[in-house]
Amino acid sequence: MSTMNRSRRAVLLGTLAALALGATACGSSASSSNPLGGGSSAAASGAGSTAGGGSGGTVVVGSANFPENVLLGSIYSQALKAKGVNVEEKFNIGSREVIYGQLQSGNLTVLPEYNGSLLAYLDAKNTAVTTQDVNAALAKALPSSLAVLDSSPAEDKDSLSVAQETADKYNLKSISDLAAKAGEFTIGGPPEFKSRREQQFKDVYGLTFKEWKPTADTTANALKDGSIQVGNVFTTDPKIVQYKLVALSDPKNVFGAQNITPLVNKAGLDATATAALNAVSAKLDTAGLTGLMKRVSVDKEDPSTVARDWLKANGLA
Amino acid sequence: MNWLNWLSDFFSDPDHRSGPDSILHRVSEHLTLSGEALLYAALLAVPLGLLIGYTGRGVNVVTALAGAARALPTLGLVTLAVLLAGVGDTAVLFPLVALAAPPLLVAAVEGVRGTDPDVRDAARGIGLTHSQVLLQVCLPSAAPTLLAGFRTATVQVIATATVAAYVGLGGLGRYVIDGLATRQYAVTVGGALLVVLLAVGAQLFFALLARFALPPGVRAQRRAR
Amino acid sequence: MDDEPIVRWYWIGDHLGYLGNLLADHAVIALVPVLIGLLLAVPLGLACARFPRLYQPLSAVFNIVYALPSLAVFVVLIPYTGLATQATVMFPLTFYALAVLLPTTVDGLRAVPDSVRQAATAMGYGPWHRLTAVELPAAVPYLIAGLRVAAVSSISLASVGALVGRGGLGYLFVDGFQRTFPTPIVAGITLIAVLALAVDLLLVAARRLLAPWAVREQGAGS
Repeated sequence: MSTMNRSRRAVLLGTLAALALGATACGSSASSSNPLGGGSSAAASGAGSTAGGGSGGTVVVGSANFPENVLLGSIYSQALKAKGVNVEEKFNIGSREVIYGQLQSGNLTVLPEYNGSLLAYLDAKNTAVTTQDVNAALAKALPSSLAVLDSSPAEDKDSLSVAQETADKYNLKSISDLAAKAGEFTIGGPPEFKSRREQQFKDVYGLTFKEWKPTADTTANALKDGSIQVGNVFTTDPKIVQYKLVALSDPKNVFGAQNITPLVNKAGLDATATAALNAVSAKLDTAGLTGLMKRVSVDKEDPSTVARDWLKANGLA
Repeated sequence: MNWLNWLSDFFSDPDHRSGPDSILHRVSEHLTLSGEALLYAALLAVPLGLLIGYTGRGVNVVTALAGAARALPTLGLVTLAVLLAGVGDTAVLFPLVALAAPPLLVAAVEGVRGTDPDVRDAARGIGLTHSQVLLQVCLPSAAPTLLAGFRTATVQVIATATVAAYVGLGGLGRYVIDGLATRQYAVTVGGALLVVLLAVGAQLFFALLARFALPPGVRAQRRAR
Repeated sequence: MDDEPIVRWYWIGDHLGYLGNLLADHAVIALVPVLIGLLLAVPLGLACARFPRLYQPLSAVFNIVYALPSLAVFVVLIPYTGLATQATVMFPLTFYALAVLLPTTVDGLRAVPDSVRQAATAMGYGPWHRLTAVELPAAVPYLIAGLRVAAVSSISLASVGALVGRGGLGYLFVDGFQRTFPTPIVAGITLIAVLALAVDLLLVAARRLLAPWAVREQGAGS
């Protein structure tokens, strides 16, 4: 019996020792800031040795953890390679919160970003909605080591979309064109869509819809089968191509700008690399990107293949 | 010191005190999921293991299969199950059962095979049927081995159930994954600590069970060894 | 999931090179830690065999290490070892391997019968010679049994590294999940199982080579 007791005590002691060890070991080496926060401790990490070099060094292209961002990362990286830049790819590594910190610390050099979401992350209270205003606000909100390059016309954002037949029948191109028909139309979107946007559409466009349906993930399908006439679909959702939907333009900017824009760590990028990324932004538009996303998400083609085809077709590689 | 600060941040956050993201709720989600997985694994593996161990048929096959099952990556099974069956507890239960069943199966087989053959013969000799021998003689004598198997399986399931959060389910993995996604270090560390505490608690639980709940004869046998 | 088939065979055919690269990356990430774990386990095990008081607290510590959710450890290490680097994943895997290998090493060293040890001493073996010529070889079957468990677990666990950007074949799970595309997931599970099986067979062969007596004993016993 006494050996049992001793072993039990040893287990408990070991437990406490392990916890204390963990606490002191990490407490002593971490700086006072949050270590995931990309501060000095992150800069000293292993990855730092491969990145953060000045011009002529390797440009590290990162991406967030969703397929469209991986595709955009691959487009950036291959465009850079085509101009003779040394590139390392670190795709699909985490959320904006994680990879932004890595960009700040120099472990990453370039990230594909969405200007509106990035601004909301840096400055939640900012109300800028147009591409120009958002980028101007971003220039102020970003730390001096980081910068956004040229925004592309391509946007991944909320939209009001309609089926192609509906658009043809009523000659709908922008949200303003809905004015005459809104009273007969049912609108669908995520559950929070009504409370968030109903008043806005009334105030900005003078639209009052017949009914609001929470269609969530099935919004595009509901547009296709006609159970709703207008739906809140993301502009680069491949279902727009698959189900032949039309995203109506938003001249009064109810949905803020979400232009795809390279976010860079200035120290790691020379003029050639900057020019290569700006050339990508000049050619990338929403319809084009949606087509590419269909190939990635629906046809299951590799993002790198799809990126290469697009770069070739646009004379960038 | 930082660690202690983070932990106090984590434990004092009002969101972690009540509501869907509260520690109590996450712990109970985690325990429910782990408990269900262990239950199904036990229902599947223990009777089968007892039978195989008793008859001695297919022991090599079972050992080989159990070894191979260890190689199955939980993350792969979880993602595949979600794509095939949709987000839900089933999608996570299936890989966790696959994780827990092999050690239980092996423990049951080895436990029964470890029964003293003379005792088995004697039990048959005094007129017990095969099922009586299995349940009244072999099962109690296999109990310590079985408990050790449960201990291994439980620790693995509790540690691995964190992966459920990746496909959008609850449990303590939420803290680990959400902490990473939102760069809140305290949340990740707090979640990990809770998982370790649960696992260590489970180990102690089984150690106590082995000490107090085993049949007196078996306990005496173990002490004698 | 609409009409997506479970496996699009042509995708596998088109991606053999890609899968090969991931497999190689996976093997390095998963197996180098096991080797390092072995190199650490032998001296630690020797120390534990010599000073039995050391063993219980140490094994309690590794019990806890084994219970740590791998994902959380990867996350916590990122600031020190870098995001999406091999080190972030390999460092914790080394400790998981050690947690398996230390007890088996100690068991192996303890399994040498006292009579054998005394016989070796009587034949004039010094402590070092006795260790290398008698005790370590006697522990080999135990070490290999431990290595089989550690290697297979490590191969399976390494895939979780994909959630922090470096998990070898685990990337197939993340990619397939994000694109509701089961083919890469099935390919990943299969390749991981095949890698584990191959390593396991290698270790069984190694045991036959290094400790033929263990195989013979087993053969004679059954």
